[in-house]
Amino acid sequence: MHEWALAEGVISTALEVAEREGLSEITAIKIKMGELQQIDLEIFELALREIRQSQMSMVTNATAELEKEAAVLKCRVCGREWAFGDAPLADEERESIHFLPEIAHTYITCPGCKSPDFQFVKGRGVWIDSIVGR
Amino acid sequence: MDPRPAIIGERFKDIKRLIAVAGGKGGIGKSMIASTLALILSDLGYSVGLLDLDFCGPSTHAILGIDGVYPEEDKGIVPPQVHGIKFLSIVYYAGDNPSPLRGIDISNAVIELLAITRWGSLDFLIVDMPPGIGDATLDTVRLIKGVEFLVITTPSKVALETVGKTLRILKEMSIPIIGVIENMKMAESSYVREQIRKIDVPFGGEIAFDRELEDSVGNAVRLLETDFAQNLKQIVLSTPAFKPQDGG
Repeated sequence: MHEWALAEGVISTALEVAEREGLSEITAIKIKMGELQQIDLEIFELALREIRQSQMSMVTNATAELEKEAAVLKCRVCGREWAFGDAPLADEERESIHFLPEIAHTYITCPGCKSPDFQFVKGRGVWIDSIVGR
Repeated sequence: MDPRPAIIGERFKDIKRLIAVAGGKGGIGKSMIASTLALILSDLGYSVGLLDLDFCGPSTHAILGIDGVYPEEDKGIVPPQVHGIKFLSIVYYAGDNPSPLRGIDISNAVIELLAITRWGSLDFLIVDMPPGIGDATLDTVRLIKGVEFLVITTPSKVALETVGKTLRILKEMSIPIIGVIENMKMAESSYVREQIRKIDVPFGGEIAFDRELEDSVGNAVRLLETDFAQNLKQIVLSTPAFKPQDGG
């Protein structure tokens, strides 16, 4: 359940933004959920809800919209792009990437030239798209 | 917006002293000193964590003989306790495989581990840094408030040349430097001590080259019995920074 730790980060960031921007209430948080990190959306939503409600703060009544983002990788050597979902991975390798997405470089190579030197074009992990408040 | 940095301060709030063990180049004994320092502090009765941030060349697990353990999941990850030390390394996830990471990936991995790891209450967290002043060092300085540096060199003029740059950057950023340890000393000379004092950085002490040290790699009990560990323990006992009550 390290989803909880990332949900804590989302709420802490929202509170920081509220303070910085002089907001009295956060009304909505939009979050991109990158496929590479393989976050369990149910657990993440539950964590977000519980952390929001436990704090009784300006973020308590905010809505959270989660949007899945497919992970795309691009080889820095030959330029090939491919989807994370296409990578043949054992369960324990997927789990390691779940905890630390950069571990993808340990278990995945370019399907074209076999290089481990690739970048995450999109869909790495949890990312706050927008925070709305008043 | 990256949600992770906002939670990192919370992860370190119950740690009294955060000590990054760094140096200008590889092969000067940073990981050996970081690992043994963690063992010594634990042996002295302190609660200690050891974080290996040398993602491209992790070695503290090999030095301490740590194998077959894995972090627990509890609202984050909780490092397992081995030899009395809470230990975290990329090897839990990469195993024996290489991790060919570029700077942006190293930075992201550092931020991820700092954000999701729940250390709990500690007297000391020792951080084994990669060589030089790259992404891991810059992120450590940026994200771990209150971190102090213990800097390692050897009598080699090459090591001293590179460590000078690390010290200069740390001083320019006003990062506290506990001191510089001269490791693998083979002959009596005050050259390193004088050079360090010239740049107004505390000289932490010296550790004699220990020919038997290699035989203790992988065995924490034997490691603590080495002359190397005894030398380091004397430095720990005579350096005020290694008292947790002096910290935050």
